Amino acid sequence: MNLTLKIWRQKNANDKGKMVDYKVNDISPDMSFLEMLDVLNEQLINKDEEPIAFDHDCREGICGMCSLYINGEAHGPDRGITTCQLHMRMFKDGDTIYIEPFRAAAFPVIKDLIVDRSAFDRIQHAGGFISVNTSGNTIDANAIPINKHDADDAFSAATCIGCGACVASCKNSSAMLFVGAKVSQFALLPQGQVEATDRVLNMVKQMDEEGFGNCTNTGACEVECPKGISLENIARMNQEYLKASLKG
Amino acid sequence: MALDSKIPKGPIADKWTNYKNHIDLVNPANKRNIDVIVVGTGLAGGSAAATLAELGYNVKAFCFQDSPRRAHSIAAQGGINAAKNYQGDGDSTYRLFYDTVKGGDYRSREANVYRLAEVSANIIDQCVAQGVPFAREYGGLLDNRSFGGVLVSRTFYAAGQTGQQLLLGAYSAMNRQIGRGKIKMYNRHEMLDVVVVDGKARGIITRNLITGEIERHSAHAVVLGTGGYGNVFFLSTNAMGSNVTAAWKAHKRGAYFANPCYTQIHPTCIPVSGDHQSKLTLMSESLRNDGRIWVPKKKEDVEAIKAGTLKPKDLAEDDRDYYLERRYPAFGNLVPRDVASRAAKERCDAGYGVNATGEAVFLDFASAIERYGKEQAHVKGLDENDAALVKSLGQEVVKNKYGNLFQMYEKIVDQDPYNTPMMIYPAVHYTMGGVWVDYNLMTTVPGLYCIGEANFSDHGANRLGASALMQGLADGYFVLPYTIGDYLSDDIRTGPISTDTKEFEDAEKEVKDKLNFFVTNEGQHSVDYFHKKLGKIMWNKVGMSRNVKGLTEAISEIKELREQFWKEVKVPGTNDEYNEELAKAGRVADFLELGELFAKDALNREESCGGHFREDSVELDGEQKGEAKRDDDNFAYVAAWEYKGEPSDAVLHKEELEFKDIELKQRSYK
Repeated sequence: MNLTLKIWRQKNANDKGKMVDYKVNDISPDMSFLEMLDVLNEQLINKDEEPIAFDHDCREGICGMCSLYINGEAHGPDRGITTCQLHMRMFKDGDTIYIEPFRAAAFPVIKDLIVDRSAFDRIQHAGGFISVNTSGNTIDANAIPINKHDADDAFSAATCIGCGACVASCKNSSAMLFVGAKVSQFALLPQGQVEATDRVLNMVKQMDEEGFGNCTNTGACEVECPKGISLENIARMNQEYLKASLKG
Repeated sequence: MALDSKIPKGPIADKWTNYKNHIDLVNPANKRNIDVIVVGTGLAGGSAAATLAELGYNVKAFCFQDSPRRAHSIAAQGGINAAKNYQGDGDSTYRLFYDTVKGGDYRSREANVYRLAEVSANIIDQCVAQGVPFAREYGGLLDNRSFGGVLVSRTFYAAGQTGQQLLLGAYSAMNRQIGRGKIKMYNRHEMLDVVVVDGKARGIITRNLITGEIERHSAHAVVLGTGGYGNVFFLSTNAMGSNVTAAWKAHKRGAYFANPCYTQIHPTCIPVSGDHQSKLTLMSESLRNDGRIWVPKKKEDVEAIKAGTLKPKDLAEDDRDYYLERRYPAFGNLVPRDVASRAAKERCDAGYGVNATGEAVFLDFASAIERYGKEQAHVKGLDENDAALVKSLGQEVVKNKYGNLFQMYEKIVDQDPYNTPMMIYPAVHYTMGGVWVDYNLMTTVPGLYCIGEANFSDHGANRLGASALMQGLADGYFVLPYTIGDYLSDDIRTGPISTDTKEFEDAEKEVKDKLNFFVTNEGQHSVDYFHKKLGKIMWNKVGMSRNVKGLTEAISEIKELREQFWKEVKVPGTNDEYNEELAKAGRVADFLELGELFAKDALNREESCGGHFREDSVELDGEQKGEAKRDDDNFAYVAAWEYKGEPSDAVLHKEELEFKDIELKQRSYK
């Protein structure tokens, strides 16, 4: 199929940036979206033009490196996938596709479609851990049985890949789904209880300092999340936050 | 230089404990004065960085991705082995040790493997304490599954995302130390050289991938946890950025490179669909717990399936060849990866491949769905003979176990694996070879360590499933943090290492010259053009089946391609900005050297062992007819190559392998 692409080009963080039109031909429906961009980049290199910079690594939907806002949706039109798992069979011959970076004040553009998501890391530094040193003599892994439902819910929360689609999809650029997922994972496990109070207070504080907005319960984040992280995690974080605040 | 593996004396079960009791330690106050660089933040590098920082060292950690959480360990699916014996099925440290040595086709170092088995149980305890949400049974205890090449259930897992959960565990341990200031994290930085001062590794040269700035970083020791080199084949299950550069630069600075030809071709990957393909996707080995592998018995059925006139699920049981169950009744679909891959290739080469390219076999869940469905119907008191009900109940169970893998498959192939068997084919997945290290995990350059997949040490010629995660975390959490202390105890009076020396200056200049060359060279082909060509040579001539003629050709073809690369490569943009093509150019330049050494090593090893299959070394008769044949008299050694300029000049050093606790014998899974 033949496609018209309208792609955000921005030389660096200080450049103003603009949309630029490109054409690609003979795209196979079996290609992934990023393989389609590979084809375009090969074309650009052969014409002595600068290829389009975009983040990607594992190309199997787990590393969270790829992003892209495609036709107004984080990770494009399909559901439950990242951009690298989006296949061209989702598009039709002759389509025009708009490709932009994830946009949020806390995610400044580095170049073209690449944004800086280090704010996510800094939130994790503030409390996204259980303070246990490596020793080789922690208690036996089976010493504390954990209710399977809690363990499964903790796992579901922990499958967040930190891609930032939730922030990009939210009209407030809120990171509460991301933060809520980490807070929930630990809140649901006995190992996470000891530091629960400090964890939620510190992570939320850092989240606010990074310039993410607040949650107004529109739920766009959940719809666009490639891993189906549930809004329940935000509710659980709010509950944890309230508990922690009352404790002081 | 003679290779000294530094294996401690004494009985194998006591070696590690005795050794730890006698090595030198660095006192807590002195640790504050010692810097350690860790390159790579996957399971090995991430766990090492966190643990070293907990101990009190000043750690600088580097990764090329935008966050440590993106390292490719995250993509590991199936699980992690540990000799916990929670299932009471007779597992033990010895049994895990034995399975690993046997699975590696008797080409690994006994003492290292025993230590790995010994610390495996600690890993699970540690991860649970960190909040890693492993799968549990209804009673609240940890669940296990089986993996290839073993007869017990010792694999701990978190659905099909075990690597992700373990990596996020190590990442959280790192985060705690980054927050305390004990780890200084450098994201989007690529290591481009090791700096050796007075014979010791004392730092690295890096490029900031955003600004293009070349930086000098010094430390008292350097640890590489930079993963494997499967991308030398261009198409592999590795991430796009996975590369050999750090390990190769270390090799060029004096670290021997061991057994480069030992590569794992994983049997269950989604087949190649066309030339546009940029990577291959693994379907976890855990699927072989429930999936049965088959091709049709008759060629006419193969043709009908290819033509679309016959649906695979409609082919009668009797007309199917479950070739693994037929050839290996004891292990069936759970034979080790090298054996399963060769068997798939054998069927496809014989003309039984089931897709358009003739390079695919079926992985079928129909009987598992039926079995689970009946079980569920029974538990729920429903009608076991209602086929539709049984199918939907069974699908639900399979979905809970492997849902994310089935979804990945469906998105890529556009077929529903709940209703039609998956098509799979072997693909490059893991490299057992790597930088040579001694028992301390130190390379032949003093002060330079190598851990995880990047080193060669524990898997011999074939790695068992769910053992990569185990080794990465064993090295990083429980081995390196001890052994490095022994070396650093001599450095307590050294003081900070200056970067203002000739060695740093020279290394930096070399790096800059090469980058300048790339951006000014007036070539006509992109980096990928060369990478794809290299990949084709590797896959066709140094792939699953190797012979003297092909290997000899590969060596000269890679050399020619390398010469062409340095004349004709074209890199757009400049070196003082974000420039992915420039980063790729440096990586492919190193692959073009490694590829030749790889083929040379494969040519040298005139035997079949594990993932290395030589057509001139097979069993000619008896029960094992057609199986790979080792030559223990002549090749029971580690081939460690010393850099001397061109790969063709590399000098071979042999570390003879001694088997005192396990008897060397033909591997049989029959």
